[in-house]
Amino acid sequence: MTATDITHDSIVERLSAQFPGKILSHDEPFGLLSLNVPREDVIDIIKWLKEDAVFQFIFMTDLCGVHFPEQSGQELGVIYHLHSLVHNIRLRLRTFFPANDPVVPTATTVFKAANWMERETFDFFGIRFTGHPDLRRILNVDDMDYHPLLKQYPLEDGTRTDKDDKYFGR
Amino acid sequence: MAVKLVESPEGHTGQGFFATSLDKAIGLARANSIWPLPFATSCCGIEFMATMGAHYDLARFGSERLSFSPRQADLLMVMGTIAKKMGPVLKQVYLQMAEPRWVLSVGACASSGGIFDTYSVLQGIDKVIPVDVYVPGCPPTPEAIIDGVMKIQELIKNESLRRRNSDEYQQLLNSYGIE
Repeated sequence: MTATDITHDSIVERLSAQFPGKILSHDEPFGLLSLNVPREDVIDIIKWLKEDAVFQFIFMTDLCGVHFPEQSGQELGVIYHLHSLVHNIRLRLRTFFPANDPVVPTATTVFKAANWMERETFDFFGIRFTGHPDLRRILNVDDMDYHPLLKQYPLEDGTRTDKDDKYFGR
Repeated sequence: MAVKLVESPEGHTGQGFFATSLDKAIGLARANSIWPLPFATSCCGIEFMATMGAHYDLARFGSERLSFSPRQADLLMVMGTIAKKMGPVLKQVYLQMAEPRWVLSVGACASSGGIFDTYSVLQGIDKVIPVDVYVPGCPPTPEAIIDGVMKIQELIKNESLRRRNSDEYQQLLNSYGIE
């Protein structure tokens, strides 16, 4: 298989052959191939994509968390963006899991770049990455006792005192 | 062009002498030689740069000498959004300043959090340090910043020399957890 032969279909096809039953679904919003995978296998899939001689997804563009409270049992998710610098192909992996069990294996074993991005995801969503070398808050103050991008928390600061009249909706 | 001098304080004038209270003489000297420490984090800092420039020229008020060390500064000018993570830093800068010290809060963000009513932004620097004068605006014009500095000058001129030793002042500092 040469670089010109790599299409979204061929990526899905080879991944499905390599990981039977693990590619739960796939779609292409805005032309970006996105795969839903189980969290138990997501690191294996990323590792295989990175080390595969044909695809060479050797660059992790982004890793972030998402929270959809209305998706019962699948409230929290982690999104991985991979980039094959060799073929200029981008790929998105999504894994969802329940909010009461926010644990995902770390991607730092495959990409060193995942270190700070996983710390950020922990900071804002409370997702714990097992095996992470140093899972501390990275952007917010250390003594913050909640994870502010979870949607059950108000975006506004509770200590504001000058907006307590009706014009500001309080 | 005549050189404009500050007006002398109230006192008794006679042949070859002028007598006034020590408070007023020191207040006059302090008010016209404020060394500001600019703590500029965002767009209000740009307005401050204009204020220091030739057109607005804060040097006219004796404040051309910026002190980038808090130890030699008289006036802490906080200009811009202060994130909660910056709060302890700001407080440490304030603690490093020697008495007497004054604080000018420039702009909506420093004064109240401004438009950033959110989990990461300090909702006004008066949550961590005492503030003497607030300048409104988003951002304030250089004229407004000069007005704030002149208000600080008035405070300095009229401050009792004993104020910093008073129980009230100590209580104010204690309310911010400063011994």
